[in-house]
Amino acid sequence: MTEELQPAIKVDDLSVWFGEGTDRVDAVKNASFEVPTGGSFGLVGESGSGKSTILRAITGLASTWTGRIETTGRPLGPKRDKVFYRTVQMVFQDPYASLHPRHSVDQVLDETLRLHGIAGTNERIPELLDAVGLGPSFRFRYPHQLSGGQRQRVAIARALAPSPKILLLDEPTSALDVSVQAEILNLLSDLRAKNNLSYLMVSHDLAVVGHMCEAVAVMQNGEIVETMEIAALRALEASEAYTQRLLDASLGYRAAD
Amino acid sequence: MSLLEVENLEVTFPTRDGGLFHAVRGVSFTLGDERLGIVGESGSGKSMTGRAILRLIRPPGRLTATRIALAGEDLLKKSEIEMRAIRGRRISMVMQDPKFSLNPVMTVGEQIMEAYQLHARASSREARRRALEMLNAVQIRDPERVFRAYPHEVSGGMGQRVMIAMMLIPDPDILIADEPTSALDVSVQTEVLRIMDRLVKERGMGLIFISHDLNLVASFCDRVLIMYAGRVVETLPAARLHDAKHPYTKGLLNSLPRLDAPKDKLEVLSRDPAWAHPPPSSAP
Repeated sequence: MTEELQPAIKVDDLSVWFGEGTDRVDAVKNASFEVPTGGSFGLVGESGSGKSTILRAITGLASTWTGRIETTGRPLGPKRDKVFYRTVQMVFQDPYASLHPRHSVDQVLDETLRLHGIAGTNERIPELLDAVGLGPSFRFRYPHQLSGGQRQRVAIARALAPSPKILLLDEPTSALDVSVQAEILNLLSDLRAKNNLSYLMVSHDLAVVGHMCEAVAVMQNGEIVETMEIAALRALEASEAYTQRLLDASLGYRAAD
Repeated sequence: MSLLEVENLEVTFPTRDGGLFHAVRGVSFTLGDERLGIVGESGSGKSMTGRAILRLIRPPGRLTATRIALAGEDLLKKSEIEMRAIRGRRISMVMQDPKFSLNPVMTVGEQIMEAYQLHARASSREARRRALEMLNAVQIRDPERVFRAYPHEVSGGMGQRVMIAMMLIPDPDILIADEPTSALDVSVQTEVLRIMDRLVKERGMGLIFISHDLNLVASFCDRVLIMYAGRVVETLPAARLHDAKHPYTKGLLNSLPRLDAPKDKLEVLSRDPAWAHPPPSSAP
């Protein structure tokens, strides 16, 4: 019961760095934010601002960090356990790189289900494919026989396999054409409503974050410069000059004043 | 007379079963002293169109056209050697990612000097002076340092400016830019576009701007061609892109999430196979 009252993700004073001594790069500096259960939170910023690094720190892909990270009320230590991976799953940017080229869709999902110790693989795989809008005919295809949008659907099905509560989405549509992007964003919205998922979404596209999220943190040089509600983002009302510049640039090209 | 006339351009590739794949079909347009945008999704033939103008289609690909004329000169009748004098000198091209189009083992300065000396008979001293001048023109703050740097030592936005400097130094009549800012962050993107815009205006060049980004093209270009399955389905003044008539263009615009018009569900484009063929009414 208490789990439901907790935010899905709570990040407090998180700092992540790479390298040591003079080579040390502080990728994230003192970041704090919360993703409410069932909510969708966006992280935006330009390349190198540290937005993806936050996701990597949560999943355990970046091991040098300080601060406090909680998922569904459980603080994370240096190691992630099985329960964590059953609760939190990630969808990566490039569906061409995140699927094994020599594993069929069936193998990908079968392996995932087995790793999580879920029984009834044979029944579960068609269910997962159905959930992401792929018919049973896709089950034995290889990644090269799928379009970019279909691959991203497979990646989402894989993330859904252990019935997670939280999805970390790292630029899930930036490698796709706009018409395919619309399909995948609609799918993600439907899945969130149906399975009561919480999303933490990284994107450089403010319009995409504006469509998908309720609140957003704007990052620059590893720091969160501003956290704002989506209504403020849509009204183009930022309190920081940097956010305002990003908003202006997202509207298209303007000749110099 | 237009700067560039393209009439009935076709690019085909043979398929394994003896058939032909049409990457570009029957594309015709003219380019004046303007910024012309070509938009489309991946596989629509927009990049192929750009390369075909420079006759950069390699076998087994085949390029045919009724006419490709640069200021009245028929490019289809040129020999490969004559074409080399056109590429870079009269029509030049900027590609998407500077990481892949700059030579990694040559300094930036040497590459720009080479581009200049290839087309103009000039001493090294003169080429060096022009290269530094050009780096200045693309607003690189410390041209001397960048001149000596290798491509891996400069950022993406800087690399793209170097590419633009290199492409503009022979003073071409037409610049073809294939997704020149897609690999860049938005704030850098604006800067690079402003530089391109200014240079194109000052030098009276024609610009062909190939992009997948409808909003960007609508705000940056004067005129837009929308391509689908190798065909131009619609031509519009950029400012009136939002009054598009063709269902494909409308579908694309509606599938974009918009900050000013939030909705629960994005519209999904349903493709009509008929779009790949010319409408019967336009048959000659």
